[in-house]
Amino acid sequence: MTVRSNNVKIHVSHLQKSFGDLEVLKDISTDIYEGEVVVILGPSGSGKSTFLRCLNRLEEFQSGEVVVDGYNMADKKIDINKVRENIGMVFQHFNLFNNLNVLKNLMLAPVDLKKADKETAKKQALAMLEKVGLSDKADAYPHQLSGGQKQRVAIARALCMNPDIMLFDEPTSALDPEMVGEVLQVIRQLAAEGMTMVIVSHEIGFAREVADRAIFMDGGYIVEEGTPEEVILNPKEPRAIDFFNKVL
Amino acid sequence: MINILTVYGQLLIKALGQTLLLALLGLFFACILGIIFGIMSVLKSKVCRVIQQVFVDIIRGVPMIVLAFFIYFGVPYAFNNLLGVRMVLTALQAGTIALALNCGAYMSEIIRAGIQSVDVGQMEAARSLGLSYWRSMYRVVMPQAIRTMIPTIINQFIITLKDTSILSVIGFPELVNTAKTVVANTMDSFSVWAIVGVMYLIVITTLSKVAKALERRLSYDRKK
Repeated sequence: MTVRSNNVKIHVSHLQKSFGDLEVLKDISTDIYEGEVVVILGPSGSGKSTFLRCLNRLEEFQSGEVVVDGYNMADKKIDINKVRENIGMVFQHFNLFNNLNVLKNLMLAPVDLKKADKETAKKQALAMLEKVGLSDKADAYPHQLSGGQKQRVAIARALCMNPDIMLFDEPTSALDPEMVGEVLQVIRQLAAEGMTMVIVSHEIGFAREVADRAIFMDGGYIVEEGTPEEVILNPKEPRAIDFFNKVL
Repeated sequence: MINILTVYGQLLIKALGQTLLLALLGLFFACILGIIFGIMSVLKSKVCRVIQQVFVDIIRGVPMIVLAFFIYFGVPYAFNNLLGVRMVLTALQAGTIALALNCGAYMSEIIRAGIQSVDVGQMEAARSLGLSYWRSMYRVVMPQAIRTMIPTIINQFIITLKDTSILSVIGFPELVNTAKTVVANTMDSFSVWAIVGVMYLIVITTLSKVAKALERRLSYDRKK
């Protein structure tokens, strides 16, 4: 558990998003504070991932407000690339750059965006690899790594931009069960360091352990929101009760 | 056959040179066209995608011999007689344009397919780190797309090289055109066409061997 401050990092109000005729997010409002760890739970198709992807505008939304770090994400005039530099994202399928080795995966963005010169970027990349326990894999290519290693590299890659928010889109869903632990360990460590994180996950136990707040989504709405204990163990809404009965 | 080689060998080699010159010029401009139209076809803009589709449909739907006649005879005719502007195209210019348009259309399709074969997650990951669309394209998507494109592109190069023979119809002195003259002089069509065939064979086989080597060097995720 981390201590949250009173600075709102991410402000979402009445967010609405459709893919064609399909309305995926109907009316989402919430505030996420600096240093807070929020886990989003819910059945498939409830809009969890879409919601997460709206936070760095990987998905454009139709109406509502998303303010991250003071930037209004709906505003076409903001430099979205600059805003994204401060929002790390980790994907379900890792998405490591297949054409680059691990070290270059980590160095690409900092060097390309002139955040650091090559030497500094390399030092930082090696430090991050050590942090996720993969110092020996700097020269390996993504296809030579296991799923758990790939995801840890992906986390290290995001951290190399020194983001102050991290978004995780089902970071362990594509992993073999035995590799889930090593990835969760890295996320746990980030939580302890006070990183602001939004995690879409199906790991209920992990959510209870690491999250300051849990959000249960269904059908494009936030159905329940509160401490993990409240949401997971004592849900009030029938849809949430039903869901947690099945997964617990 | 030896006789023909000694007497006309040099002429045929020179004609092969002309064939290669035409092919290289055509391929050069075809690459430019292919890249422009290929990228247009993966852009969000519907106008760009429609333009590429129309271009490809027209070129695919017209035989190259018709295209060559149209450019060599039709276009200057239109300029001179309908627009009143004097214009002449040399056979090399017209041939280059015909080849470039023809090969460019196919190249744009190869490039489109190559880019689309790269998982969208690669672009998303790059964008999420703060790279712009074009930087992500350049640093992440294109390097991966090119690897999958190389065999098909080389194949298209070979087809284009062979297609230069079609341009003998507009009088460009490439290998086939020259060979026809040699046949007319010697009456030995067996030897002449055999020699010409072997010449094409040598050039194209060399090209495909180079392609194979290149492909192997560029692969990073293929099991040895």
